[in-house]
Amino acid sequence: MIKKILINDASEAFCKKVNELSGETVSRCDQCGTCTGSCPMIIEMDITPSQMMRLVLLGDESVMETKTIWICASCYSCTARCPRGLDASKVAEALRQIKLRQAIDYMHMEDMDPEELKKFPQMVLVAAYRKLTG
Amino acid sequence: MKRIPYYPGCSLQTKAKHFETSAMAVAEALDYELVTLPRWNCCGAVHSLTTDDLMHHVAPVTTLLRSKEFSAENHLDDSRLVVLCAMCLNVLKRTNKRVQELLEDRTKINDFMYLENSKYDGSTIVIHFLELLREIGWETLSQKVKHPLSNLAVSPYYGCLLLRPKEVGIDNPEAPTIQEDLLKSLDAKVIENPLKNRCCGSYHTLVDKDVVAELGYDILINAQKAGAEIITTSCPLCAFNLDQRQENILKKHPDFTKIPVVYFTELMMIAFDLPLEKAGLDMHYVDPRPLLLKKEMLHE
Amino acid sequence: MRIGVYICHCGGNIADVVDVKKICETVQQQDDIIFTKDLEHTCSEEGQQTIVNDIKENNLDRVVIAACSPLFHEKTFMKLLEKAGLNPYMFEMANIREQCSWCHPSKGNATRKAEDLVNMAVKKSKFDKPLQKTSMTIGKRVLVVGGGIAGIQASLDLGDSGFEVFMVEKEPSIGGKMAKLSKTFPTEDCATCIIGPKLTDVATHPNIHLYTYTEIKDIQGFLGNFTVTLRKKARHVIQEKCVSCGICAEKCPTKVPDEFNEGLSERKAIYIHSPIAVPRKYIIDEENCRQLNGQRCGICEKVCVQGAIDYLQPDEEEVLKIDTIIIATGYDTFQPELKAVYGYGKFENVITALQLERIIATGSSGPPLRPLGNRIAFIQCVGSRDEQAGHEHCSRICCMYATKLAQLVKRINPNREVYIFYTDLRAYGKGFEEYYKRAQNAGIKFIRGRTAEILEDPKTKKLFMRVEDTLSRQMIEGEFDVVVLSNGLMPAKGTDPVANLLKLVKSPDGFLQEAHPKFRPVDTLVDGVFIAGCAQGPKDIPDTVSQASAAAARAIRLMNKGQYDIEPITAFIDPDLCDGCEKCIPACPIKAIQMIDGKAFVQGALCKGCGLCCAYCPKEAIDLAYYTKNQIMGEIELALSSKKPDETRILIFADNTCAYRLADNVGTARLSYPHETRVIRLPSCSRITPSMMLYAFAKGADGLFFGECDHKASPYTGASEAIQRNIRIAHSIMEPIGVDGNRIYFAELLASLLTDYYKAITNLIKIAKKEARPLTDEIRQQLLSSSKQVLSEEKEVIR
Repeated sequence: MIKKILINDASEAFCKKVNELSGETVSRCDQCGTCTGSCPMIIEMDITPSQMMRLVLLGDESVMETKTIWICASCYSCTARCPRGLDASKVAEALRQIKLRQAIDYMHMEDMDPEELKKFPQMVLVAAYRKLTG
Repeated sequence: MKRIPYYPGCSLQTKAKHFETSAMAVAEALDYELVTLPRWNCCGAVHSLTTDDLMHHVAPVTTLLRSKEFSAENHLDDSRLVVLCAMCLNVLKRTNKRVQELLEDRTKINDFMYLENSKYDGSTIVIHFLELLREIGWETLSQKVKHPLSNLAVSPYYGCLLLRPKEVGIDNPEAPTIQEDLLKSLDAKVIENPLKNRCCGSYHTLVDKDVVAELGYDILINAQKAGAEIITTSCPLCAFNLDQRQENILKKHPDFTKIPVVYFTELMMIAFDLPLEKAGLDMHYVDPRPLLLKKEMLHE
Repeated sequence: MRIGVYICHCGGNIADVVDVKKICETVQQQDDIIFTKDLEHTCSEEGQQTIVNDIKENNLDRVVIAACSPLFHEKTFMKLLEKAGLNPYMFEMANIREQCSWCHPSKGNATRKAEDLVNMAVKKSKFDKPLQKTSMTIGKRVLVVGGGIAGIQASLDLGDSGFEVFMVEKEPSIGGKMAKLSKTFPTEDCATCIIGPKLTDVATHPNIHLYTYTEIKDIQGFLGNFTVTLRKKARHVIQEKCVSCGICAEKCPTKVPDEFNEGLSERKAIYIHSPIAVPRKYIIDEENCRQLNGQRCGICEKVCVQGAIDYLQPDEEEVLKIDTIIIATGYDTFQPELKAVYGYGKFENVITALQLERIIATGSSGPPLRPLGNRIAFIQCVGSRDEQAGHEHCSRICCMYATKLAQLVKRINPNREVYIFYTDLRAYGKGFEEYYKRAQNAGIKFIRGRTAEILEDPKTKKLFMRVEDTLSRQMIEGEFDVVVLSNGLMPAKGTDPVANLLKLVKSPDGFLQEAHPKFRPVDTLVDGVFIAGCAQGPKDIPDTVSQASAAAARAIRLMNKGQYDIEPITAFIDPDLCDGCEKCIPACPIKAIQMIDGKAFVQGALCKGCGLCCAYCPKEAIDLAYYTKNQIMGEIELALSSKKPDETRILIFADNTCAYRLADNVGTARLSYPHETRVIRLPSCSRITPSMMLYAFAKGADGLFFGECDHKASPYTGASEAIQRNIRIAHSIMEPIGVDGNRIYFAELLASLLTDYYKAITNLIKIAKKEARPLTDEIRQQLLSSSKQVLSEEKEVIR
């Protein structure tokens, strides 16, 4: 099944919103794939980071339902290498924020093993809460 | 003794206490006192990346302001703020940069902080302890070495936030050498790990330990292939993911051989021949002591 | 005076916004105007004829045309005046298109501004004086810097046309990068075979003097009168005696990496540059020779039966008189170590494309310089199109040379698998697309994705490449025997010394900037200096050769007549006022002012007419033709005379090279900016003296904007500093009497930075409107009396 991507007012508004929230201009993306090749988390992702940039450009909101935006660990490997000076981690954060601000969390405390929790340095909990919950 | 303000952050006085104590001991040997800020709060661990979110920058800016006030009030010799944790470094430096560059944001954040004694002007300079060591000079360091690590094959691991993004990194983001230079000054045998800048999986360790174990496996096995016997790091989270998660790595890869992961400051204490009670060599999942004993770097 | 004024409709470009008829009526009210006319298309055949007829019939002595930008049609109309028997400098243009109708959408405001602009031009024209072009004699001697294919082609064209060429090459042999190549795309001619004969042609040409292993130490003077000092580096082998028998090299004990083979093989410390070297003579490498570095050796001297070795040979200097110069200094390849993720220099199987050229080129004669293995990958855009590497430009030739090299390595061994990892494949030239298809037919696999990193297996030395196939959206981890880096073309370091001596301008990519990207692509802004080949930007061999021939033709154009005309817009000195204080001498960026009999004298042939000297003269003894003090003061007055009490008005002083062009470009892009602006065009804003600034405020200006070329791109060295100095002097007068210094805004601009201009102007208007109150009559009176003094000395600024 080939999916149809509609270009219309809604798609353009979505792209604009992500651009504004991230401070990036996704239309500058060259689609060269350096981000993907640099990404340590790529094996866990369902779409590649460059595909994420593309879907934002097209204004396809399904990008928010991907695992990729949550898997991104903000390690800035892509940021350091992007030939166009773009920061895909900011785009991923913007997409996460759109979800989180609708009170849709990616991580739930009740799933955690309390014994395991004791082992972590505090920064793990702070970081994960900041990134994965609203 | 030169006094310089120091910001611990959430993990350095708890789970990573031995990083702090070892760093302070090393600093003292080099005639520096890391003076802990009397009032500080958590930096937030991750830098908020969206354009419209100022709230999360208030915590780091508060710390930057208090550091500035503290060093002025107490006439510290050096007013720069030293941090040990890579995540704190990243958050403090990036936030600092933002309020230095965007006046409007600085004003708004200062407005949020109306209970503080003064306004923050962006003037605090944040440095990592490694940068302080680099300034003191590798030559000076090597003169302090009483117990050369000549026998020890050490592979430094950087991870992400010491290096990236490059505007706040402490070294070349693709080819850093600061830890190598340090280890060489201790006369260690430095092993190059091609994955020394690859992410350890960071906070995903909380939600998906298998992924983190897999990333850790790649990083560690590459270091081992290159001949490493021990890994150094400078981030409590990297340390946890590379050390503690070896338990999970072993479950997935039974042929994996464990390798100790320590803070660079611990090896410095050994090299400087400082009393090791504060080194925290017993604080690791993979105990480095058997290796160090075998290499005759510890006394029984 | 008899002035004719024309207002152009420019189709609807002007007339749709500006009320042309109304302007005709108001301008008519000025004195000395014989008529005002509006024309549909002034620049058309018909429009031009009308003007010629009018001049003759009405005996006009001045013409003012309000139309497009003078940068667009000034020359056209000046020629027209000449045709009608009028001196071309009795002419002014008012730019009511780019800087009025195109940037101010409101009809009322645009019309008011256009009126002022025309009135300003009319006022200026009243002070116009006939200016005569003078002629200088010029010889036929050309300096060609660089002995690559660009320099070779230019030299041969010039030599064949009867001009005397002095070709200077810093390497011991001419031939440049092309001599290193295996074959050339897309025709696959053998590079050595096609360049070899040209090298011989240069060496044997009666009109070409060849200086290899020579650097340029100094260049002084100007078009038709350059003095060039060469430094001929010591070769330590007497050229006339060496018969290239090669025994010296055979016996020499010192081995060093061979640069010609890109370090893949070794040569001796006494060596011949390459198998096709011209001149074909041995040379001692000073850096590596034992004897020359205080060690005992002397073997080559012993074995040379010709007695050609001379360890004590010194560097020599030679001075040449030159008329024109062609810069053909080529390019450097990107230093691949800088892209640390690809591991060049660390991983033995990562090589550069130029190394592969050498491997293939030498392949037919003996064993290959290094093995290539079975699976080979090319990485494209290494160092090019990469902000992280600091280079945004496309190197243009890498897509095709990789396509060529891929086919060549596959042809040597058809079992090889060859991959090219690219971001965009650019096959834009003649025969390129077909050549690309041929590579695809040959089974070369083109994969769309930029390689992120390479890891090496420390044992097998095989390379593992991480890259996304962006078309299938899959992650590739490829295992390769050899990875070839298609590293890009970068500005040559060797260009800098010559460029600095001649004060040539560089474009943002670091290559030399041509005088005009469309119509003067091989000229530079320095008269008589031309560029050819990759010194101007990356290009392939045919483009380089075309450009070299073009540069030769442009140089011939200047020299062929034996004389050339000089623009009469120069500074001139009133000897009665000059007291010989010599303050103007250091001010001149091109040292065109001399002292003769105790008075300053401007050498017309050298003077570029920037006007920088004028503000430095404490006696106001220097003025600038066509931009005289009276003309500028007149323009300032007319720009402000229509201002109403509640209005804000900003004067923009714009230099002709960048700021005025930028203002034009803003209009062309149809960006609108505040209409409360009036532009005064100058060769450089340094012409504006502090007194003129105070005069402008006295006459009602609320703010002054100085737009000058970025100092890196400016043809006038020191202009920015001079403007800032003049502003400081003005500040020292105006601030104590309560005029905010922020009302003067200075910006270094580039013609391309549209938003900078817009932002700066909007910001200044904001300051003038809100933060600064209108100037009181009392303050203006004080300013006016100050402006009557000569303010040329820098005083301490009181803030």
